[in-house]
Amino acid sequence: MRPRRLSAPVLLLLPAFIVLAAVVLVPLLLSLYSSFTPFRLTRPATFFTFIWFDNYISIFASRDFWWAFGRTVLLLTVALNLEMLLGLGLAMLVEKASRGQRLLRTLMMFPMMFSPILVGFQFKFMFNDNVGVVNNALQSLGLSNSAIPWLIDGGLAFFAISAAEIWSSTSVFAILILAGLLAMPKEPIEAARVDGCTPWQTFRYVTWPFVMPFAYIAMTIRSLDVARAYDIVKIMTDGGPAGRTELLWTLISRTAYGDARMGLANAMAYVSIILSIVFTVYFFRKLAAARVQIGAEW
Amino acid sequence: MATVSLKKLTKRYGNLEIVHGIDLDVADREFIALVGPSGCGKSTTLRMIAGLEEISGGAIEIGGKVVNDLPPRSRNISMVFQSYALYPHMTVRENMGFSLKIASRPQPEIDRRVAEASAILGLDQLLDRRPSQLSGGQRQRVAMGRAIVRDPEVFLFDEPLSNLDAKLRTQMRTEIKKLHAKVNSTVIYVTHDQVEAMTLSDRIVIMRDGYIEQVGTPDEVFRRPATRFVAGFIGSPPMNLVEAEIRDGKVDFGKGETLPLPRQFKGKVSVGQKVVLGLRPDDLYPSGHGIHSGEEEDVHQIELPVSVTEPLGNETLVFTEFTGRDWVSRMLNPRPLKAGDRIKMSFDLSQAHLFDAASGNTLRS
Ligand SMILES: Nc1ncnc2c1ncn2[C@@H]1O[C@H](COP(=O)(O)OP(=O)(O)O)[C@@H](O)[C@H]1O
Ligand SMILES: [Mg+2]
Repeated sequence: MRPRRLSAPVLLLLPAFIVLAAVVLVPLLLSLYSSFTPFRLTRPATFFTFIWFDNYISIFASRDFWWAFGRTVLLLTVALNLEMLLGLGLAMLVEKASRGQRLLRTLMMFPMMFSPILVGFQFKFMFNDNVGVVNNALQSLGLSNSAIPWLIDGGLAFFAISAAEIWSSTSVFAILILAGLLAMPKEPIEAARVDGCTPWQTFRYVTWPFVMPFAYIAMTIRSLDVARAYDIVKIMTDGGPAGRTELLWTLISRTAYGDARMGLANAMAYVSIILSIVFTVYFFRKLAAARVQIGAEW
Repeated sequence: MATVSLKKLTKRYGNLEIVHGIDLDVADREFIALVGPSGCGKSTTLRMIAGLEEISGGAIEIGGKVVNDLPPRSRNISMVFQSYALYPHMTVRENMGFSLKIASRPQPEIDRRVAEASAILGLDQLLDRRPSQLSGGQRQRVAMGRAIVRDPEVFLFDEPLSNLDAKLRTQMRTEIKKLHAKVNSTVIYVTHDQVEAMTLSDRIVIMRDGYIEQVGTPDEVFRRPATRFVAGFIGSPPMNLVEAEIRDGKVDFGKGETLPLPRQFKGKVSVGQKVVLGLRPDDLYPSGHGIHSGEEEDVHQIELPVSVTEPLGNETLVFTEFTGRDWVSRMLNPRPLKAGDRIKMSFDLSQAHLFDAASGNTLRS
C-alpha cells in the first residue's frame, strides 16, 4: 500500500496555517484560557487551576478597574473630539494656502514622527512644576504666581496627558480631513455660494457632509489608538498620582508584570478589547452611513 | 428688470490677462450665448458675472446696479454648471429646494415650488433619489430644476449640455428653449458648440482669446460675419476660406486660378490687396444641385475634379479640388459621384465674403 499523500491545496496552504496557528491562534487560546485561572508568573503551577469566571467577577467588582475604564473612555472622548476640531481647523487652513501647501502638509505631520515615549518625556519636562516651560511661561506672563502642580494633581495631570496625546495625534485627523477636502469636487461649493449660502452655511451643508466620512476614518483609527493608550501615560505619570491617571492598559500591565497576576490581567485585557471593538463598530457604522450619504464610489 | 452690462470687464491671473476689457449689454429677458473655442475666456466671463471669480478691472451691472463687490448670493442669479455640481448627499428634492431652505422660506412654499419645477422638467418620479442614482441626462435636469426653483433674475449656463450624448443633447436643447419661453428670465449661455448657440439664442457673442469678435443675431453672424474667425467658426460644415490677391476685377488664387470679383465688393478693394475669400458650402454646388440666392449672373461655373464625397442621405457633401485645396460643397438631390469625376461647379458669388488677409476684418462695409 502506498502512503497516503496530502492533496495539493492542503499541502500548499499548510505552511500558512501552521504559522498562523503558532503566532496567533495558540497564544490567543492560551491567554483566553489563562483568564480563567489564577495564573501568576511567579507560581507556574497555578496555570493549571481552573477557576471559571472568578477573575471576571473580581474585575466587575473592582473599583480600580472601573475607574481606569471610565478614565479611558473620558480620554477617548476628550481627545477624539478636540483632535477632530483642531484637525478640521488645521486642514481647512492648509487647504486655503495657495502657496507652500506641500511644506505645510509636511510640517503638519511632524508630531507623528516622534515616538509616543519621547512625546511623553518632552511633555513631562514641559509640565514639570519647577523647571517646566508651561509654569515658566505662566509666571513670566503674570498669569500665575505659584508653581502649578501639573503632574501631581489628578485633574491637572489628566489635562497634561490629554494635551500630549492631542499634540501628537491631531495630525491624523488633519491629514485625513485634508485628503477629503482635496478630493472634494469644487463645483458643489460654488453652487452653494450661488444658491445663497454664507461661508458658514456652505461649510455646514456642503463641505462637512462630504468630509465626514474622512473624519470617521480618523475616528476609527484614533479610537483604537487611544483605547490602548499606554506609553505617554506610563512616562508622564505612570498612572499616578495615587492611581488618578490610571488607564486600562497601565492598570493591565501593572497587574500582569508588576503584580505578576497574569490570569487576572488577561481577563482585564479581554474586557477592554470589547471596549475597542464597540468603538470601532460604532465608527464603522457611522462611516458606512456617511459614505452612502455622499454617494461615494469607494 | 434684469439687464446685464459688462463694462471694460477684465480678468488677469497674475500678469496673464485672460479677458481683455470686454463690453456687452444684455437686454432684459434676452437669451444670449457666449460662444467660442475652448480656452477663449467664456467660463471666466460667466464666473465673473456670477461672482465666483473676482474681476480685475471694469464693472458688471445687473439690473442697473453695479455688483462688482457683491458675493454670488446677493446677485439674484442661478447657475447651471457643466458638471452639474449637484449636492451628492441630498436627494433630488433637497437639491432643488436647498436655495429656498437657505433663504428660510416656509416649507409649504418650498414644496410647492419644487413640485412646479419638477413637473416642468419631468422629475416627479425621481424626487427621492440621490444624484448618484441618476443618469447624466437626469442629473442635468435636476441642475436646471435647482436653478429655476429660485426664480432668479438671471440664469447663467456653463456648457450645460456638453457632458451628454448627442441625442440627449439635441433633446435637452429643445427643452431649454421651451424653458426659456416659460420662465422668461435673462439667460447667459456659454457653449463651444455653435449649433447650440445658433438654435437657442436671441443674440450670439463670439469670443476669441479674451476678446469679443462679434455680437449679433444668429442670422447676422451667419450671413454677415464681421471677421474671418467668425466666418470659420459659425456654420457646419465650415465656410471655405482661401487666401487670394485682388487683380483687375478678379480674385486671384495664384497659379492662374481665379474667380471674378464679387459685385458687392466692387470699389471696396484695391488692386494688389491680399484678401481671404469665403464661400459657404451652401453657395457652392454641382450645377443643377443647388439654389442660388442672388442674381443668375453672379453664379460662376468651373469644371472641377471630385476628390471625396460624404453622402448624408438627403444631401451629399462633395469635396472638389480647386486652388490646390479641397472646397466643400453641398449637393442637394444628390446623384452618385465618385472620386476623380469631373463636374461643373456653381459658385454663387453673390453670397461670397471677402476679408482683409492681415486684419481678418470683413471688407463689406
Ligand atoms: N485659475 C486660473 N489661473 C490661470 N489661468 C486660468 C485660470 N483659470 C482659467 N485660466 C485660463 O484662462 C483661459 C480661459 O479659460 P476659460 O474661461 O475656462 O475658457 P473657456 O470656458 O472659454 O474654455 C484659459 O486659457 C485658462 O487656461
Ligand atoms: Mg469653459
